[in-house]
Amino acid sequence: MADIQIRAVRKSYGKTPTLHGIDLSFASGEFVVILGPSGCGKSTLLRMIAGLEDITAGDIAIDGRVVNKMEPRERGCAMVFQNYALYPHMTVAGNIGYALKVSGVPKAERERRIAETAKIVGLQDYLERRPAALSGGQRQRVAMARAIIREPKVFLFDEPLSNLDAKLRVTMRAEIRKLHQRLSATSVFVTHDQVEAMTLADRLVVMNRGHVEQVGRPLDIYHRPASTFVASFIGAPAMNLFKTRTEVETATVRLDGAAIPIDPLVAHALQGRDVIVGIRPEQCRLTREGHGIPARIDFVEELGVGRVIHCEIAGEAFAAAVAEDAEVAAGDTVWLSLPPEQLHYFDAESGRRIEFPLPGTDIPAARSSASITHPTGVLS
Amino acid sequence: MIQRTPYADAFTYAIMMLGFFLLLGPFLVVIAGASQTMQQVNTVPFSFLPQGEFMKNASAAWARADLRTAMTNSLIMAALVTAGKVALSACTAFAIVFFRTPLKHVFFWSVFITLMLPLEVRVVPTYAVAADLFQPVKSVLSLFGLDIKIEWNLLNSYAGLTLPLIATATGTFLYRQFFMTLPDELAEAARMDGSGSVRFFFDMLLPLSRTNMLALTTIMFVYGWNQYLWPLLMVTDPSYKTVMMSLRALLPSDNGIPDWNVTLAGSLIIMAPPVIVVAVLQRWFVRGLVSSEK
Repeated sequence: MADIQIRAVRKSYGKTPTLHGIDLSFASGEFVVILGPSGCGKSTLLRMIAGLEDITAGDIAIDGRVVNKMEPRERGCAMVFQNYALYPHMTVAGNIGYALKVSGVPKAERERRIAETAKIVGLQDYLERRPAALSGGQRQRVAMARAIIREPKVFLFDEPLSNLDAKLRVTMRAEIRKLHQRLSATSVFVTHDQVEAMTLADRLVVMNRGHVEQVGRPLDIYHRPASTFVASFIGAPAMNLFKTRTEVETATVRLDGAAIPIDPLVAHALQGRDVIVGIRPEQCRLTREGHGIPARIDFVEELGVGRVIHCEIAGEAFAAAVAEDAEVAAGDTVWLSLPPEQLHYFDAESGRRIEFPLPGTDIPAARSSASITHPTGVLS
Repeated sequence: MIQRTPYADAFTYAIMMLGFFLLLGPFLVVIAGASQTMQQVNTVPFSFLPQGEFMKNASAAWARADLRTAMTNSLIMAALVTAGKVALSACTAFAIVFFRTPLKHVFFWSVFITLMLPLEVRVVPTYAVAADLFQPVKSVLSLFGLDIKIEWNLLNSYAGLTLPLIATATGTFLYRQFFMTLPDELAEAARMDGSGSVRFFFDMLLPLSRTNMLALTTIMFVYGWNQYLWPLLMVTDPSYKTVMMSLRALLPSDNGIPDWNVTLAGSLIIMAPPVIVVAVLQRWFVRGLVSSEK
């Protein structure tokens, strides 16, 4: 077990910067998931912790020791790769035990530990097979066993589940979680899949374009996204965002001609600023004709537990989750109401979240923060 | 596109068969001639039927051209050339593919350019160096007015027979193509497991490139065995002569007895080792060149 400190870490390939000063700190035994779209630098960061990439500037410390100049083997990290990177010419036992062989562990002890580790991941009957004769899930287990056997201080996972089919992915997710509970080594897991991120993480790091957008517990991030990027990246379907102007007198925002009522105190605080207003699809409500915003349905997605209607409002795609028994069909016009307490507000320029109370305003803190920052929402 | 074209098929097969017989013809002559008596081999028209005299002819040839020494020398030379080429090209390709150095491209192109300079083209300078290993050093030093007196040459030695033939671009490229198909993660996983680069080479790359190695062995053994020009230059001492040089000694002398049957039996013996190597290794030979088995 070890904590990881990442201080002002930068990475450039030649003149192209890919990471712009990352500051993060992972506690000992924590399961951290780094989430971001492809090309955001999340894998680069992981590989820098592992020692597979040079650190252009800044420090990475594992267990209090700065590891910038250390070889991967000296850092006490084990890594699971996306394509598993098994040694094709070795048996499962050979793959699992290779690290021990390199470090000169005697054969008898090596075999004992290989057997032990294989049992943890349920591979004891496959030790003599070659990777080519294994299924995707079994290969994934070999890759994990290869990491486990070294008893590392830190586990690094580089999108390990993205090559598996959907069902296996769910199983392996649960297994990784269980494994972490059992071994409780600090784990850093990189993924672009938000469901993986939400379900696995103790703490979630959302990255975009070489910056950290937000760090926090998964539900906090879901409920209080720090920027429009995080808001649209977390949650499926994505949060609906629209740019608009707040009107103080009527306490509304305008959306495609319709006035949407908002909290008068918020309206007062925003003072007619341009804002981006967001609402999660699952917080939109169907309402009576003539109320709320009219929307013509483009198509309906069946999810089983409910349906998602997709429409276009003010030229932007808009999604709303409705109950499975809702009578909606493509081509219908429905009326949507957006509950004021479920709205998120972001600065129109920077895209950063606007927190209430705003500094220098006299809104009673209790009311606005209670209504805005802790909406009740369910994760789809 | 696959089409049914019976006439075109028949035509291509006919051309193929024709080529096949043209290739096969000389071999039939050698095999038949090697097993006939001197009278039979000189009969006109020539009979393509093998007779029972092969062993007698073979032992006559063996004695006449001192094939014992020559075969031993050729085997040693071909084996050393093969082993050297296979080992050196694996190392070179390893360096070119897996190490990032500023001079990477210089190394790559300097290997590449040797494809355009086979031994036959550079035979004179190569011989000059082999005859006096310090020649290049001496000529550089003489620019500064210095003169050293060291004599060391490779004439009449196995080193001289093999060393100049060992550098090979073909082998290096064969390995390079294979190494480049390996995922980067393989090297990274090995690094994470604590293996250094040398260990990675021996534990991962060599076992994985087994089929490549056997393919290369096949090609290079035949290449080494068939060398004629270079041994001819390097060797004056009969105890170092190779089979290709003995082929000449097998020919009947101008005014001597026309015992072509002995000559043919001798050449059959000389042909045998590469045929055996190819026959044994051909399965891997094809696999190593065609597919990248993983």
